[in-house]
Amino acid sequence: MKILVCPINGPRSISEFAYGGEIRPMPDPATTSDGDWARYVFNRSGVAGVKLEWWCHTASGVWFVAERDTATDTVLQTYLYDAAGRS
Amino acid sequence: MFTVPDRLKPTYDVVIIGAGGHGLAAAYYLARDHGIHNVAVLERGYIGGGNTGRNTTIIRSNYLTPEGVKFYDESVRLWQDLAQDFDLNLFYSTRGHFTLAHTDASMRTMRWRAEVNKHYGVDSEVVDAQEVQRAVPMMDIRCGGHSPPVLGALYHAPGAIARHDAVAWGYGRGADRRGVEIHQNTEVLSIDTEECESGRAVVGVTTNRGRISTRKVLCAVAGSTPGMLKMVGLSSPIYIHPLQAMVSEPVKPWLDPVIVSGSLHVYVSQSARGELVMGASLDPYELHSTRSTLDFVESLSAHMLELFPFLSDVRVMRQWAGMADMTPDFSPIMGLTPVAGFYIDAGWGTWGFKATPVCGKTMSHTVATNRTHPLIDAFGYDRFSRFELTGEKGAASVGH
Repeated sequence: MKILVCPINGPRSISEFAYGGEIRPMPDPATTSDGDWARYVFNRSGVAGVKLEWWCHTASGVWFVAERDTATDTVLQTYLYDAAGRS
Repeated sequence: MFTVPDRLKPTYDVVIIGAGGHGLAAAYYLARDHGIHNVAVLERGYIGGGNTGRNTTIIRSNYLTPEGVKFYDESVRLWQDLAQDFDLNLFYSTRGHFTLAHTDASMRTMRWRAEVNKHYGVDSEVVDAQEVQRAVPMMDIRCGGHSPPVLGALYHAPGAIARHDAVAWGYGRGADRRGVEIHQNTEVLSIDTEECESGRAVVGVTTNRGRISTRKVLCAVAGSTPGMLKMVGLSSPIYIHPLQAMVSEPVKPWLDPVIVSGSLHVYVSQSARGELVMGASLDPYELHSTRSTLDFVESLSAHMLELFPFLSDVRVMRQWAGMADMTPDFSPIMGLTPVAGFYIDAGWGTWGFKATPVCGKTMSHTVATNRTHPLIDAFGYDRFSRFELTGEKGAASVGH
């Protein structure tokens, strides 16, 4: 993967982007147990597969979602967060 | 050099997944020190074909945490007579190791590391830029004016390099001679467990060459750990980033010590063949692949030239990558797990090669006695649930 498509700026060199990690739902810190909070803070789904990830086009500050296969490094699609229906 | 067993036995006392340095060292010490010979080491590829053969072979113990310093120092001690043990030349070469500091902040970290190291009896001291220049006359300590100049360094006299393939071969041959079976081209498809008093327990392993029953499984598979843990229903903080490296064409010997610069993302040593063995930092995003990139060669070469401008005509011969098991605190994850009979030696990120002997020692003890070896107490699987991390800022290839 040398080119990533920013939903605002179009196809740009990968060097213009920063990786923000997998999108993971955060449990409510006020009500969750210590164990669940520790699992949220530290644990990751480290197995290869298609994942929803945060990426940022650093030149313009656009954060967006990429669906990427971490075994082949191919991006299936990118879109803004709202477009995913999770606002 | 190795027996090639034609079939798997129906049952083993211990099954080790992964015939890299760590897995084979555990097998070797299980047979040699604990009298457990009915052991199978299963390897999807070939002996030492993973991160054992992909690292930059640096051995040192000048870490930052007391737990890390004691652990790695025991490993450096074990390295000393390993070639004798194996009757195999490991090309173990004590070179001295400079970790360069380019800023006041990193000078402060070097002093901190030196004091912790000295407290635990490790030969480690802060030296000034002139001393670095005396040891490596070819270095431009001003960094060409492009990067902050070298202000000083942490010097670690026992720092060494070794021939990494030979380490896997030595442990493998030693284990083989003591009755351990090494099965290459044998992929683990599932790890079978059943209910027991304490929860679940290991009862066997299913491979592409048939099923084995066993009560003890040691997982020593850098880069594939999350997949193995999933087979027994465990999650972990481990995530995978590639770590790349490259070598130059052979040149006349000019670099004796190992040189590391965290600010410039460079580590380099000169092998017995004259090649410069170079590494930088982790790839910036998760990837389960050993592909190499041009970006890596370009940025590492640029940083190398800031320290060593005379290398501008020297060509890069090869580059490669390994998959690094990263952890949030840059310490490994070792020992017992919540699944009875399932042991892990994982989370070896960018710091695993130097620890090969002590991992074999401590994991064989842990597997044989079902009790965590005291040297790896601080590296337990359950430390994260207690928020008791072992923050190892002395690890290589990571930003601090």
